[in-house]
Amino acid sequence: MTTLLYAMLCLSAVVGLVATVARAIGYARAPLHLRWELYPVPHEAADRAAHGGSYFEQSNWWNRPAHFNLRGELTAMAAEMLFLKALREFNLRLWWRSFPFHFGLYLLIATAVVVLAAAVATVFTPLVMAGALGGMIHLLYRLTGIAGLALTLVGAAGLLHRRLTDKDLKTYTTPGDLFNLGLFMVALGLLAAGYALRPVGAPSVLGIVVGLVTWNTAIQVPWLLTAGLLLSAWLAAYIPFTHMSHFVGKYFTYHAVRWDDRVNRRGGSIERTLAEYLTFRPTWAAPHVTADGVRTWADVVTTNPTKGPKR
Amino acid sequence: MKDKDRIELSDMSRRDGTPLAHVENQDLMPLPAPLDDPAGERAWTPLTDQAKNRYECLLDDTCAVSVPKPATKAEEDELVRKFLSGLDKLFTKENNWTFLQPLVLSMEHCAKCQTCSDACHIFEASGRNELYRPTYRSEIMRRLYFKCVKHGGMISAWQHGDIDVNWPMVARLIELAYRCNLCRRCAQTCPIGADNGLVAHELRKVFSQEMGIAPKEIHDTGSMLQLKVGSSTGMSAEVVKDNIQFIDEETSERTGITVETPWDVEGADVLLIHNAGEILAWPENPGAFALILNAAGISWTLSSELAGYDSINYGLWYDDAQFARVAIKHAEAAKKLKVGRIVLGECGHAHKALSVIADRVLTGDLNIPRESSMTLLRDIVMSGRLKLDPTRNDFPVTLHDPCNMVRLMGVVEPQREVVRAICPKFREMTPHGVDNYCCGGGSGFAIMSGHNFSDWRFHVAGRKKLEQILNAFGDCLDPAIPKYLCAPCSNCKGQFRDMLAYYDLWEKNTILYGGLAELIVNAMTDVTPGFIEWEWH
Ligand code: SF4
Ligand code: SF4
Repeated sequence: MTTLLYAMLCLSAVVGLVATVARAIGYARAPLHLRWELYPVPHEAADRAAHGGSYFEQSNWWNRPAHFNLRGELTAMAAEMLFLKALREFNLRLWWRSFPFHFGLYLLIATAVVVLAAAVATVFTPLVMAGALGGMIHLLYRLTGIAGLALTLVGAAGLLHRRLTDKDLKTYTTPGDLFNLGLFMVALGLLAAGYALRPVGAPSVLGIVVGLVTWNTAIQVPWLLTAGLLLSAWLAAYIPFTHMSHFVGKYFTYHAVRWDDRVNRRGGSIERTLAEYLTFRPTWAAPHVTADGVRTWADVVTTNPTKGPKR
Repeated sequence: MKDKDRIELSDMSRRDGTPLAHVENQDLMPLPAPLDDPAGERAWTPLTDQAKNRYECLLDDTCAVSVPKPATKAEEDELVRKFLSGLDKLFTKENNWTFLQPLVLSMEHCAKCQTCSDACHIFEASGRNELYRPTYRSEIMRRLYFKCVKHGGMISAWQHGDIDVNWPMVARLIELAYRCNLCRRCAQTCPIGADNGLVAHELRKVFSQEMGIAPKEIHDTGSMLQLKVGSSTGMSAEVVKDNIQFIDEETSERTGITVETPWDVEGADVLLIHNAGEILAWPENPGAFALILNAAGISWTLSSELAGYDSINYGLWYDDAQFARVAIKHAEAAKKLKVGRIVLGECGHAHKALSVIADRVLTGDLNIPRESSMTLLRDIVMSGRLKLDPTRNDFPVTLHDPCNMVRLMGVVEPQREVVRAICPKFREMTPHGVDNYCCGGGSGFAIMSGHNFSDWRFHVAGRKKLEQILNAFGDCLDPAIPKYLCAPCSNCKGQFRDMLAYYDLWEKNTILYGGLAELIVNAMTDVTPGFIEWEWH
């Protein structure tokens, strides 16, 4: 059973990571699109970003040096990622449910990272972990773990409750949406129960991860905790295949769409990319488009459909 | 709305031949005084039986696109096949590199949290009618994407939801793509960055680029006419020159300053491109521009090249090919005259089309700098080159933010700096700037009035803006006080002209609308007082 648990933990970590990276690569490799920004854009100069202005507010803007307000962008990103700023601003009722859920997940991810690091340290530098620093690390992951589980569970329950009771959401809720939230509650609930109810003498969380790192299959993990770990592992592998992977999508909707105000300069890289796209051969069927799968975009857009197609 | 009347996603495929939604005046969002009595509000003109018999009017109380009813089942099937083929193409880079990435992101990432709903003026104004919820349209599209493009099976249907694909669904979707102003206010509030406005835009593209279906006002008598004669107004270069000459004479007479518009001046610094609608409907605006630019000593010109004298680009709303063709025509006109920059007149969609969206269409020597007239006017006013007396504008003024120019391009402050400087009784609407509400005429609606579409446009699409205008002037509704709604955009002005007249707000409350350049000329001390004529037009 312990071998199966270790195998599943490793497998789900790999599947979850590979699927997330694959999704990100898929989005990143999509062609450069026409500009579609939405203001405010936080990397604008601070005085303009404050009212949502752009460099178009300056005359002769094309001769002025490009300005990138990194601080503005990082501040906006941090507020959005950590505190779900947009949701807080535009949907406070939901934020009270969504924020604990997401923040709880961050804490759980942080816990996993700290415990893994602590396990590696325990194996390779046991003295450090036995000292004062080790004590602090033990305390840290216990705190983040417990808080993370509590917040995520409370948030998931709140979100599920809203999805079941708010009639505005009913039309748009699929069985999959309910299943996903239910899965969070069951997986993390089992994990919490398995941790809280583990019998005296059962291995600690760190002990289990040390066992994983050293592949010590002699460790006996209590069945409730095993169930919680297995289901949570499966959840981690499953998320990237669903729309719950919006942490990946959101990076692109913000950086590659809403905030992408890069200027196409003559002779620049954007222009070179566009030159390639103009050789694509569209197949749109409406006659006025004058596409036939042979003519390129360059041919199509330089054809005046009212003057008879240049074929 | 009672639950039994609630519109479900599956209703889109209903075959009973009836519309999904019906809106009564009392369902609508209440308006402030003087329009605070729903019983006194104008009744809608019902669709005629002839319209209902000839066209697919299966969505709501109106009909924007007028798709003829297919005569046979085979025709229906062919239309559905074409739709699905277009949908497939929408998700290929060869056909849709232009918007593929944002579209896929919006398809694959929506948490269905409905945060966006409260941001949409159409949804709110309709009394929260489910059909007009921003995500209603997007959710249909999303289900189609997973089912028909990704070919997801049962597990996908379980996860993403299912949808029946049939002709009534497609016919309704064609209409539904034209119940959104593409203002993207909803997208601004989405915590994930999904974009319901983009979804409507992309649906319109499938209908136009694959099925050849679009409202005639934006295609046949819009972009096609512009590409044929040079302007969607139908004006050829000769006619437009005649009209401008007439405007010059009129402006000279009204202001006491001789105005002459330069044409086709090679090497001029500025090529000014107006929305040609101004020349016909609001000639005082191009007249005011000519006077200001001459007085400020700007080297400028108009162009008589095909489309070079009409900045409109309706392709922005429904068709990438038409969009690129017109943008290229504009750039070619500038290239031919070897101007330093193109300055866009008071037209919001023309601003965004040529400055922002066409930035990744125009390459090489067609990539000529484009600038907003808002910044040029701001620079002129702030430079002190004109002698201005703000007391000449001593009437309440409020400012409308055209979505395309403000939220979607970030030109927010220049026009404000001008009105603050020359209009002592300026007051902002709430909210304003990038948080503004659309006038209700966005994405082509301002020029669409087939059947009873105007009733929907004023009762629903424009209602939130109407509320904002009435609130901004709430302290001075007295008809003895003339009030000026400054809208630096031709399409918005078209919507305001029709909507203020529909509700009799000029007659009863003396609310006039107009552009920014007119306010500047009205304040010029060299000009005969009274450039703004307090007359309805
Ligand atoms: S589009 Fe955005 S705001 Fe609207 S329901 Fe989807 S995730 Fe929520
Ligand atoms: S783009 Fe504007 S009109 Fe369209 S759904 Fe969004 S908020 Fe409503």
